[in-house]
Amino acid sequence: MRVGIPSPLRSYTSGLDEVQASGATLAGLLADLDERFPGIRFRMIDEQGRVREHIRLFVNAELARDLERELSDRDHVQILCAISGG
Amino acid sequence: MPAAKAKRPPRVVLLVGTRKGAFVFRANPSRTRWRAEGPHRFGEIVNHVVLDPRDRRTLLCAARAGHLGPTIFRSTDLGATWQEAASPPAFRKAPDGVAGLAVGYTMALVPGSASEPGVWYAGTSPPGLFRSEDGGSTWRGVDGWNENPLRAIWCPPEDQTPDGAMLHSILIDPRDPTHMYVGCSGGGSFESLDAGASWQPLNQGVEAPASPDPFPEYGQDPHCMALHPLRPDRLYQQNHCGIYRLDRPATRWERIGKRMPAEIGDIGFPIVLHPRDPDTVWVFPMDGTTVWPRVSPGGKPAVYRSRDAGKSWERQARGLPRAHGWYTVKRQSFSADGCAPLGLYFGTTGGELWMSANQGSSWKRIAEHLPHVLSVVAATLDG
Repeated sequence: MRVGIPSPLRSYTSGLDEVQASGATLAGLLADLDERFPGIRFRMIDEQGRVREHIRLFVNAELARDLERELSDRDHVQILCAISGG
Repeated sequence: MPAAKAKRPPRVVLLVGTRKGAFVFRANPSRTRWRAEGPHRFGEIVNHVVLDPRDRRTLLCAARAGHLGPTIFRSTDLGATWQEAASPPAFRKAPDGVAGLAVGYTMALVPGSASEPGVWYAGTSPPGLFRSEDGGSTWRGVDGWNENPLRAIWCPPEDQTPDGAMLHSILIDPRDPTHMYVGCSGGGSFESLDAGASWQPLNQGVEAPASPDPFPEYGQDPHCMALHPLRPDRLYQQNHCGIYRLDRPATRWERIGKRMPAEIGDIGFPIVLHPRDPDTVWVFPMDGTTVWPRVSPGGKPAVYRSRDAGKSWERQARGLPRAHGWYTVKRQSFSADGCAPLGLYFGTTGGELWMSANQGSSWKRIAEHLPHVLSVVAATLDG
């Protein structure tokens, strides 16, 4: 399925703003992304399995908070970075 | 027969971590000219950049971005290229239903003993201790600290120091790498005699902020701790509550900052030791009165030096702004280069980089307009 990559994470995807990945759930998709782009998952998900404070995951434009949310190949997943910094 | 080539003096390189990336400043042999490189890891919050003194080629960089989790980057070509650690510092996954800790940022990167090449330690916020045995690529928690049930009592992760509770000082006895000290803000200083398998508080005589008992067993707030490499039984710390010295095997710290001028006080972040003289130490005082402005007292930046292990102090401000210098120097932003004569360097929260080539007698600005400086590490490269 198509996964949109925000600019802070494009150093992992050679600058691509959209990549292909697969997974039956969001957790599976993130694991597959990390296989393809090593290190990308830990920048988004902490060691306790929690989505980091300023990361948002959308499935078909709907905010997804549960990493066990099921996915199909037709879904579009968009990763966004919420406003932060200073 | 051709004349033997004279050995070139080592060249000083300053590794500068800032809120917006890392910079490398290279000196000419006389340390009179500096060339800036960077920013590396542009836009990331870089808490520490450290050169491995054992191979003089491996750089480790502790970084995070405003949106992204913390990680470690490695370079073996002085920043020309970077590789991310395969497994950065991370706490152990907690059992289901238990809210486990997550590393917010890595504060300190410390090379292990000379007898343990490839070993590094990292200190994090919340206060965690991590070890790498492969030059910083993979990291594992030091269970004797991270999994110690007393750790959460000694250093409550919810402790709200301005940047969050952190483990910032990791001191390794050069005679015995299993003998270690750590310093936590807030929590105090702790000692291990078994490579981190077990720990004991080491805070006698140190005042604690916001405590009904002014001298509790733990709960102190060291800002920066240092151990003298030639006299490893001598420790210094710049604490939230003053400047202290401890000569082991004694266990009671002495507040040597009481001899600082009263109008300046003895509050600050960093403390720097002369690598060849255990009695000489530098601090950079800040205003710790009223609401803790955390800038130079009166807007007049100055370094203070003691050459008698804290019995007396002298002001060293020549070359620094005489007024309206409203900045301070963070705990990892003051460094000595080890050369002879010794070079001293500090970076400010106002984005300036200063040096002294005469042990603090006068100061010269190397750079300005940098982002908020979080660390300055002086290292030497082969000439």
